Amino acid sequence: MNAATQPRPRRDDAYNFAYLDEQTKRMIRRGLLKAVAIPGYQVPFGGREMPLPYGWGTGGMQLTAAILGADDVLKVIDQSADDTTNAVSIRRFFARTAGVATTEQTAQASIIQTRHRIPETPLTADQIMVFQVPNPDPLRFIEPLESETRTLHALKDYGVMHVKLYEDIATFGHIATAYAYPVTVAGRYVMDPSPIPKFDNPKLHMSPALMLFGAGREKRLYAVPPYTQVSSLDFEDHPFAPQRWEQHCAICGSEDTFLDELIVDDQGTQSFVCSDTDYCAQRVAQGRDGQ
Amino acid sequence: MNSAHAMNDATQAARQADRAQPLLQVRGLGKLYGPQKGCQGVDFTLYPGEVLGIVGESGSGKSTLLSLLSGRCPPDAGVIDYRRRDGRWLDVYSASEAERRTLLRTEWAFVEQNPRDGLRMSVSAGANIGERLMAQGVRNYQALRAAGLDWLAQVEIDPQRIDDLPRTFSGGMQQRLQIARNLVSGPRLVFMDEPTGGLDVSVQARLLDLMRGLVRELDLAVVLVTHDLAVARLLADRLMVMRRSQVVEAGLTDQILDDPQHPYSQLLVSSVLQP
Repeated sequence: MNAATQPRPRRDDAYNFAYLDEQTKRMIRRGLLKAVAIPGYQVPFGGREMPLPYGWGTGGMQLTAAILGADDVLKVIDQSADDTTNAVSIRRFFARTAGVATTEQTAQASIIQTRHRIPETPLTADQIMVFQVPNPDPLRFIEPLESETRTLHALKDYGVMHVKLYEDIATFGHIATAYAYPVTVAGRYVMDPSPIPKFDNPKLHMSPALMLFGAGREKRLYAVPPYTQVSSLDFEDHPFAPQRWEQHCAICGSEDTFLDELIVDDQGTQSFVCSDTDYCAQRVAQGRDGQ
Repeated sequence: MNSAHAMNDATQAARQADRAQPLLQVRGLGKLYGPQKGCQGVDFTLYPGEVLGIVGESGSGKSTLLSLLSGRCPPDAGVIDYRRRDGRWLDVYSASEAERRTLLRTEWAFVEQNPRDGLRMSVSAGANIGERLMAQGVRNYQALRAAGLDWLAQVEIDPQRIDDLPRTFSGGMQQRLQIARNLVSGPRLVFMDEPTGGLDVSVQARLLDLMRGLVRELDLAVVLVTHDLAVARLLADRLMVMRRSQVVEAGLTDQILDDPQHPYSQLLVSSVLQP
């Protein structure tokens, strides 16, 4: 079922290339240049209305629209799956408005827009990840004032970030934050890596691919340039540890990927499968299975 | 025993040397919101280990003065010089905001009148106490935990309640927790705004007793705003009486309370019911 790359469809001429007007795309690119120059810093931008609701990936879509070229190959994933409603809709949106080729295979893609995951297949230097971000500011949970969080970022005053981790250990005995786990980028800014599981945090560190983050409702964008140090916050005696599973994928047998738990019958029988559908399908194609 | 004695002597000697120099020098400080609203022309010098009480009626400018002193609100006029632990003098308002904030979370502390303003109500008592240490870069959970337990004991809260939220504490316990949270970083100068306000008399007495002990033990300099002369008499070494934005009288606490010179001070002292 895993479709290979779809060739370039005909572009709908009623829209400007990739939906947004050229001025807006230029404005976003200027913001992106600043974001790449200051890793982890949240750059405000004049977010536009997109033809879908906030929370569905408007920030990521605007960044994708701004960097998309006619020769790009686009992959869109939602919870790491290529075939969910949101992923299918956004892929079709850009196929129609920009006439770009789309793919479900990570290795074929030049731009990957994502919600929640970084693909299991290692990224390369000619790929760009675009993240859809709901809450760009990692300090927001403890400090509601925007003026105050900006000052805290400016002064590198990040003591409160550890209050949350302390509270986790005091309550649960370990750091229970499992997604949107805060990271320090290039030893300077503390950044919310969007709601990716902490399983994916190590993939941010020294990644050869450029990582772009866009928050549509909050109108902020930020970036992790290629080969940048990204470290997850932790305590000396409670070091950062990504999730692990006892089980392996029921479809492809993988033991080192992020697994989704499925309840398959009314008796509560569990089954675990890879959340990255493309990676799982590739392993099956190579003749592996979960038995 | 001998070495402990020797160290004690050494600490004593260091304290003596430190006490010879002022900690805070304030000259011509003022900020007015309107004629005689706010404070103006305030001069004083504070030495290490000294408790300065600021008394006066509501609206006399006590709290304005305290926010000016504590770096929270830039003054219209005047200079505040603070001698840091490394011995260098810092002009509080010409320093960068980064320096001022560092000062506020290391060498200074602020105890709010309402503990809800000074505590993070949504995180546990232990996290409240550990926050300043984390801001200073302590990244060891066990060390933070130990500091939390130690300070709860010091402010007479059952250490078993370290993981409870402050909102489950009584008003007096919240105020003591706020004090612990502020003192954990070993400050040299503490600002207190009506620290016993809103507490009943027996809890007040216990809190005052605790504060007096801590101030002496840790050799803290304190600027204390209160309208309660009994609190001032118990804690303060020196008093400044404020009225309509100006300091009308300043001097030793006993001197002012027993022999007030200014008519307003006389009125203030005579208004207290004598037992």
